[in-house]
Amino acid sequence: MADYPTHEHDVLVIGAGGAGLRASIEASAAGVSVGLVCKSLLGKAHTVMAEGGIAAALANVDERDNWMVHFSDTMRGGQYVNNWRMAQLHAQEAPARVRELEAWGAVFDRTPDGKILQRNFGGHRYPRLAHVGDRTGLELIRTLQDHGIHKGINVFMEYTVVRLLKDGDRIAGALAYSRERGRFAVFKAKAVILATGGIGKAYKITSNSWEYTGDGHTLAYDAGAELQDMEFIQFHPTGMIWPLSVQGILVTEGVRGEGGILLNNKGEQFMYNDIPDNYKNQTAKDPEEGWRYCQGDRNAQRPAELLTRDHVARCIMREVKAGRGSPHGGVYLDIAWIKKKIANAPEHIKKKLPSMYHQFKELGNIDITTEPMEVGPTTHYVMGGVKVDADTQMSRVPGLFACGECAVGINGANRLGGNSLSDLLVFGKRAGEHALKYAKEHAAPSLNADAVEAAAKWALEPFDRQGGDEGPYVIQHALQDMMQDLVGIVRKEDEMQRALEGLAKLKERAKKAKVVGNREYNPGWHTALDLHNLLTVSEAITRCSLLRKESRGGHFREDYQNKEAAWAKVNLVTRKGPDGEMQVEQVPIPEMPAELKQIIEEMK
Amino acid sequence: MTATAETQGAQMVTLRIWRGDANGGKFEDYSTPVTHGMVVLDAVHQVQATQATDLAVRWNCKAGKCGSCSAEINGRPALMCMTQLAHVLTDQPIVIEPMQAFPTIKDLVTDVSWNYEVKKRIKPFQPRKPDAPDGTWRMDQVDVDRVQEFRKCIECFLCQDVCHVLRDHHKHEEFIGPRFLVYVAALEMHPLDTADRLEDLKDRDGIGYCNITKCCTKVCPEHITITDNAIIPLKERVVDEYYDPIMRLWRLFVPKRTALPMVSS
Ligand SMILES: Cc1cc2nc3c(=O)[nH]c(=O)nc-3n(C[C@H](O)[C@H](O)[C@H](O)COP(=O)(O)OP(=O)(O)OC[C@H]3O[C@@H](n4cnc5c(N)ncnc54)[C@H](O)[C@@H]3O)c2cc1C
Ligand code: SF4
Ligand code: SF4
Ligand code: FES
Repeated sequence: MADYPTHEHDVLVIGAGGAGLRASIEASAAGVSVGLVCKSLLGKAHTVMAEGGIAAALANVDERDNWMVHFSDTMRGGQYVNNWRMAQLHAQEAPARVRELEAWGAVFDRTPDGKILQRNFGGHRYPRLAHVGDRTGLELIRTLQDHGIHKGINVFMEYTVVRLLKDGDRIAGALAYSRERGRFAVFKAKAVILATGGIGKAYKITSNSWEYTGDGHTLAYDAGAELQDMEFIQFHPTGMIWPLSVQGILVTEGVRGEGGILLNNKGEQFMYNDIPDNYKNQTAKDPEEGWRYCQGDRNAQRPAELLTRDHVARCIMREVKAGRGSPHGGVYLDIAWIKKKIANAPEHIKKKLPSMYHQFKELGNIDITTEPMEVGPTTHYVMGGVKVDADTQMSRVPGLFACGECAVGINGANRLGGNSLSDLLVFGKRAGEHALKYAKEHAAPSLNADAVEAAAKWALEPFDRQGGDEGPYVIQHALQDMMQDLVGIVRKEDEMQRALEGLAKLKERAKKAKVVGNREYNPGWHTALDLHNLLTVSEAITRCSLLRKESRGGHFREDYQNKEAAWAKVNLVTRKGPDGEMQVEQVPIPEMPAELKQIIEEMK
Repeated sequence: MTATAETQGAQMVTLRIWRGDANGGKFEDYSTPVTHGMVVLDAVHQVQATQATDLAVRWNCKAGKCGSCSAEINGRPALMCMTQLAHVLTDQPIVIEPMQAFPTIKDLVTDVSWNYEVKKRIKPFQPRKPDAPDGTWRMDQVDVDRVQEFRKCIECFLCQDVCHVLRDHHKHEEFIGPRFLVYVAALEMHPLDTADRLEDLKDRDGIGYCNITKCCTKVCPEHITITDNAIIPLKERVVDEYYDPIMRLWRLFVPKRTALPMVSS
């Protein structure tokens, strides 16, 4: 172990997206030492891609909004299996977190009276998303980055954590390797915060980048923490589908928020054909009313296009299956039509949706101000993640915290658009604050040299494998194809059983995956190591999906199409058993306090 | 990307990719099938997955949002994920090499850490006191339009790569480059900011090195009008502050910020 450089900090943050940056800023506020490691360069994490906005009940556009409405919208969207305490804290604290960004230099779009402008989004009763055109994530990450670089945080870019280290039960740090040199480094810390994001690369069609391989989920699971709600994956209804090379790239819901409509090949606005009962009160009767809502008419209800993502994704699938799809297997999303309603529509579209305009122009040769887009569902977000205490964000491993997309709780069975960016800030701050507190209250841990050595040896295995001649990419693609086909938007018992068998075989293949070249900046090696993470989260997704015999939010079973009252009372918790086997347990959801129940009742 | 009916019997393209590290390297040719709508990054990934698993390349979003995949394609600095093969296809191989203004790490990956160091030196945002008792500010959209243009920057560093002051004259010690002039402009023209960066601009940041060739503006994938909207107004402010006695007197009585005309992009 003496060979590896050792970096010692009070708090180690793994991940430099919105959650990790916000946590680092908070932890560094009180003068303790903070280390921040990330797989990419600073400012390139997934958060940079977020488009539509950040949800917070600022009530700048509609004064009827407040945290209680936001809370009940979030619970309804999550089909009531959310952690209600997190949903409450999130709704209460999001406005302050957004205003704080402004104090750190963020420049949101403005209302006519000079306040932060808010836009409509699916499942939010009032215009609630603070935004900057359709590049809100860039604004958020850059603001945090530019603020954070003056806080004395030690940033380690292009370092990948391969294992968490423990001292007895408590956390002690992590082993990472630097991409540039391929060398290991030991990070010793009193408290560790995971902020590693999602798992989208387990699927073939996804809006997520190479980074989203479920690292934090797996690191925590292997270290003895629990995962929860892994059956709930969000398939965003509108991804690009054509040309093939851009398949999966996101088309922001902001397009629909600005009045974009979904059409099948018969030109029908099909979303109006199927409106779920619990949203009937809040949905427009017809497209005309929907348009009025987008234009800010306060007496109008939301258009059916802005129903929750799980529902819209399934309606699109149904149109395609029924032969009413577009030429490349999706449906049409049309924003150009608004020229019938407003003067200088093309300018308006370019101003409100500049990166969508750019994206379609450059990648699809389509001008969205004159023609419809072709869209279809894409794997987008994982609701499931590391189980943490709602107030402190600590997992069941003492000193190990998690926040952002890799943690679980606020979203339940389905996340509302815009609730992730606010989640990152609210719970990033909380994780930072409590990790700091933990670090102050505890002495430095000691590291186990054997564990470090074992982890390093494991990570180097792909270089010395004899016999096997398969590269890591082949296995990764096989896994993605299988998860897409067998554990995707529509799920069935026998298919998922086949997926489990497939996973067992892929695990064997992964153990033999071989890499060539040397250790310096070797993406093949990196992919070989990622396989362990992808396989672990895929197994958790599959096992939980098999167990939940109902349909709810992002989890849809063809063989159990209804929502069951009994299943509204439990979460599925995944942990590693004593012999290394994966265990899934049904855990009752704690009773909601009367005052929160009442809020939900009043907002129905 | 998987092969579909479309790739069968498909057209092939030759990529001539620079392979090597800080100690040197050479171009290698790879032949790979082209599909409709494919971008250069797809082709590089295809080569990586099938022929050269250790080929180093940075990318994240594959949609021109993160600024990771900067390289030089047929000699022109560009994002690989936003360059359609069809637009660079000729009967010659497509030449792909790393950015030249920064040290090479491996293959297409360069060491851009200098940029991160430069940014740390620039005085951070310092807002005026909040306008409202609840701690918030009021700003009109027209007053933030220009700053929002600058804040679109995805830090791809292509403008740094193309600027001759850095690329050919290696003035990295004395000149912060177009990216950070845009950054300073975003701070200086932020309606809430109160810090003064003009002296730094003149002395440490080396704004005088820029001779307005506009090469940076031409390569910016975010279409930021770097020279006209950021650099020239900053130069004017520096001139007003340090070389124009009447303006200097004027500034004694009038606060630092006055509206400047905006050049539309
Ligand atoms: C295209 C797109 C658009 C979106 N739009 C919106 C939107 O409009 N509104 C909204 O609320 N949400 C949106 N989302 C969702 C939201 O952007 C993400 O959920 C959120 O940004 C996740 O942030 P994070 O901080 O948890 O993780 P990320 O920002 O993904 O950061 C993860 C960090 O962890 C690091 N990391 C991962 N593994 C390791 C490891 N092993 N070792 C070291 N470092 C590691 C990564 O390098 C990275 O720095 C969108 C998502 C996508 C993909
Ligand atoms: S205009 Fe100035 S900054 Fe831009 S490339 Fe030319 S010299 Fe460099
Ligand atoms: S100003 Fe433009 S070219 Fe320069 S780093 Fe920013 S986005 Fe890239
Ligand atoms: S991969 Fe993000 S800009 Fe190209």
